[in-house]
Amino acid sequence: MRGLEAGIIVAVIAPLIGIFLVLRRYSLIADTLSHVSLAGIAIGLLLGINPVLAALGAAVVASLGIERLRTSKKVYGESALALFLSGSLAVAVVILSLAHGFNANLFSYLFGSIVTVTMNDVWMIFVLAIIVVTTLGIHYKPLVYITFDEEAAKVSGVKTQRLNTVLIILSALTVALAIPIVGVLLISALIVIPVVTALQLKKSFAITIIYAEIFSLISVVAGIFASFYFNLSTGGTIVLIMLTIFGITFVYGKK
Amino acid sequence: MPVNHDKNIIELEDISFAYDEKENVLENITLAIHQGDYIGLVGPNGAGKTTLLKVMLNLISPQKGRVKLFSTDIQDFNDWQRIGYVAQKAVNFDVNFPASVSEVVLMGRWANKKIFQKTTEVDRAAVKEALEKVGMWEQRDRLIGDLSGGQQQRIFIARALVNHPEIIFLDEPTTGVDQKNQDSFYALLQKLNRNFGITLVLVSHDIERLTQEVMHIACVDKTLTCHVSPEEYLA
Repeated sequence: MRGLEAGIIVAVIAPLIGIFLVLRRYSLIADTLSHVSLAGIAIGLLLGINPVLAALGAAVVASLGIERLRTSKKVYGESALALFLSGSLAVAVVILSLAHGFNANLFSYLFGSIVTVTMNDVWMIFVLAIIVVTTLGIHYKPLVYITFDEEAAKVSGVKTQRLNTVLIILSALTVALAIPIVGVLLISALIVIPVVTALQLKKSFAITIIYAEIFSLISVVAGIFASFYFNLSTGGTIVLIMLTIFGITFVYGKK
Repeated sequence: MPVNHDKNIIELEDISFAYDEKENVLENITLAIHQGDYIGLVGPNGAGKTTLLKVMLNLISPQKGRVKLFSTDIQDFNDWQRIGYVAQKAVNFDVNFPASVSEVVLMGRWANKKIFQKTTEVDRAAVKEALEKVGMWEQRDRLIGDLSGGQQQRIFIARALVNHPEIIFLDEPTTGVDQKNQDSFYALLQKLNRNFGITLVLVSHDIERLTQEVMHIACVDKTLTCHVSPEEYLA
């Protein structure tokens, strides 16, 4: 089951990025980058480039653009996100109206489709995942520090600007690699929900990541099997399982 | 650490700073801070106290003048573990952040790590020593957000201490700390200054309290309007 392999890789990666995005109030970046990826996919389909690669390129370019806009201080952070989110959706829709005929194909990118995951996709996801994990491993400690207290980190010599750029590029890579599994519209759920769920348990940073990983893996694996046997949408099933776990921890978690 | 009160730790020479082109926030400030000093920066709200602190920490660059840290021009200075910083807590700190006390203090060691360097026994020993200095070792496994304001402030001091700095900057450290805990907090600062020879630079609007604690008072109101002992200040 190629979908399962790809799903597990995505399940491991998403919370690792998610914990930094959620704690830095950047949750919406995942959503924005996923819409940008959709524009990338449309461009890819139009020009006959591998759509996931096209999505990857678009997401990376947009992530740098967002960071540039945000640090220019001329545009508020969330307004920068709104510009890119609606802008890229517009690009996608216009391209779709130009070129008829790949609507059905696009649907699988919108919502993900585990059955259409190819061996190529698995390899690509695997390579991207290695890149993300290695880069995170290198920058993990200073990233935690700037997430907690950016100013103090800066004073002690952390290159905050560079780390912010690294984080947003990694977010773009993660979004792109998750597309074949959950689709463009539900990616941010994978990045955000397991982390938000683990945060309800109020543990240390290291333990929070471990819980987020557990919730993510359970949801993705259970979601893939459930969607396979009951013939449901994979992405939707995964997200619903995640939300159920969130609901339980929210109600029964530590106050 | 033997304290040499003639040794300059910070030299500000004719500093002027403006956030935009219109009006200077700081103007022609010249000030030297010596090893072992305990100096209070006071002044009304918006007088530029925090701005001056940021200039000394290279968080912002002045349009005019020179800053030297440990006799090195600040642009060329990269020995930042000699400097500790405790920011205005209320501004920067998310009480829901999932971090234990020891994780927060350990962050202080992370800034100077090279790629792939692991947390070592030396790091853990430094964390323990720092937490013991501020009397918080027993709380090491608690979440930072579960502590009281005064305890949190001690943890941030411990994070600043963990690299054995020679100077610590504190920006309004007693905000959100109740009266009783303020006393023990100031006692801790005295201990760091007297017993460990750490130079302290404290920004506060609580002038009355500062005059009982510090060795020097520097009044900032765009310019440096005084640089005196507490006795002279009160006279």
